[in-house]
Amino acid sequence: MSLAKRIIPCLDVDQGRVVKGVNFVGIRDAGDPIEIARRYNDAGADEITFLDITASHEQRDTTYRTVEQIASQVFIPLTVGGGVRAVTDIRRLLNAGADKVSINTAAIFNPDLVRESAERFGSQCIVVAMDVKALDDGSGRYELFTHGGRKPTGIEAIEWAQKMADFGAGEILLTSMDRDGTKDGYDLPITRAISDAVDIPVIASGGVGTLDHLVAGFTEGGADAVLAASIFHFGTYTVAEVKAHLAQSGIAIRA
Amino acid sequence: MTQTVAVIDYGMGNLHSVESALREAGASDVVVTADAKAILAADRIVFPGVGAIRDCLAEFRRLGCDTTLRLAVDRGTPVLGICVGMQSLMARSDENGGVDCLGYFDGTVTRFPRNHSDADGTKLKVPHMGWNQVAQSQNHPLWDGIADNAYFYFVHSFFLPKAESDYVAGSFNYGIKGSAAIAKGSVFATQFHPEKSHDNGLKLLANFLTWDGTC
Repeated sequence: MSLAKRIIPCLDVDQGRVVKGVNFVGIRDAGDPIEIARRYNDAGADEITFLDITASHEQRDTTYRTVEQIASQVFIPLTVGGGVRAVTDIRRLLNAGADKVSINTAAIFNPDLVRESAERFGSQCIVVAMDVKALDDGSGRYELFTHGGRKPTGIEAIEWAQKMADFGAGEILLTSMDRDGTKDGYDLPITRAISDAVDIPVIASGGVGTLDHLVAGFTEGGADAVLAASIFHFGTYTVAEVKAHLAQSGIAIRA
Repeated sequence: MTQTVAVIDYGMGNLHSVESALREAGASDVVVTADAKAILAADRIVFPGVGAIRDCLAEFRRLGCDTTLRLAVDRGTPVLGICVGMQSLMARSDENGGVDCLGYFDGTVTRFPRNHSDADGTKLKVPHMGWNQVAQSQNHPLWDGIADNAYFYFVHSFFLPKAESDYVAGSFNYGIKGSAAIAKGSVFATQFHPEKSHDNGLKLLANFLTWDGTC
């Protein structure tokens, strides 16, 4: 008996519509986040992450409605991230039915947001998302970036992860901006380094292309969960196929 | 006969998920309330909880829910505690520097150790977050149709060590054994979140909705 490693499909949602679409057999509306979330729920996903990429803050009422609808039909944990700036945003998302809220850029500009929200709502619902890139100076160091990997922050990744854990984050969502979209596999060295450096769970993200990449995320990367978008959305693999492969590789999963 | 379920709302977080899951499990009438009359009029009661236990209990008591719950339990109304709701039913918790709880069960809630690891030295993260197996140790009506060692969703840093008490209905193993569920009389409580535990959780909620409060 042990804690199962988690498989987390991620939906990118813009104004209530899933972007990139989803390739499921018999799906009525490939852009409907509610139908897609329910499919993943039924398929055996362990959690669902919903990344809101709606540019305008004013249009976010749609986001709250979508979260409410997903939460009333999906009975596995739901994480919502994207555009979270203040404690009031977190409260609204939790009240709409999110189980966890992921904070990214706002944590960099205002680290106390993490501390304050963890104290107010509990660490269990505060995820800190980190977008990192390897420095090309041969130092082996990684730096935190914002704006989809375009803007460096000068913040070293491992120190940041430790600081966020100290501030009360309950989990870290680590995305390699070098690997994101490449299908070359997770950046294993930084995943391992951060997983070893903190006591809270780490979710590996960015770069999955094959089933063995997922295995490596757990075995070599030491991740507690793996996040994937395109391999699921485009129907490359089903959640069941992923879980069967992980089980064969000796990874504890929820059957 | 219409059965009413009261979900105790003492202002500590979102109860939308619990309410939705109860409806999915077959509840036709769910009220989310702190009102004593409404709670006592219900056929069964859910005591959810999330966040820090000191704040939870302070609000619970301030709203008089402790007295209401005591009256309901004395009448034999079926009660389901969830997560911090379960921990609140214990005698004491070490969280927040030590808190006296409601005392329905003996035992003290404690934190997973710092630098927690498995028997083979594998580092174990805290919170205990994710799906773990529950070994059933009682033949309780709420386990009907749920396989032994089925997976449920947990998220917590504090836990009730698995004492060899009669009231432990199920346990989990996370480097150390903990109580996943406890039961006594008309009270059943889980450390895991049935409302987030997919089919197994919905089955447990469905069992709760038809349970008469006896074992």
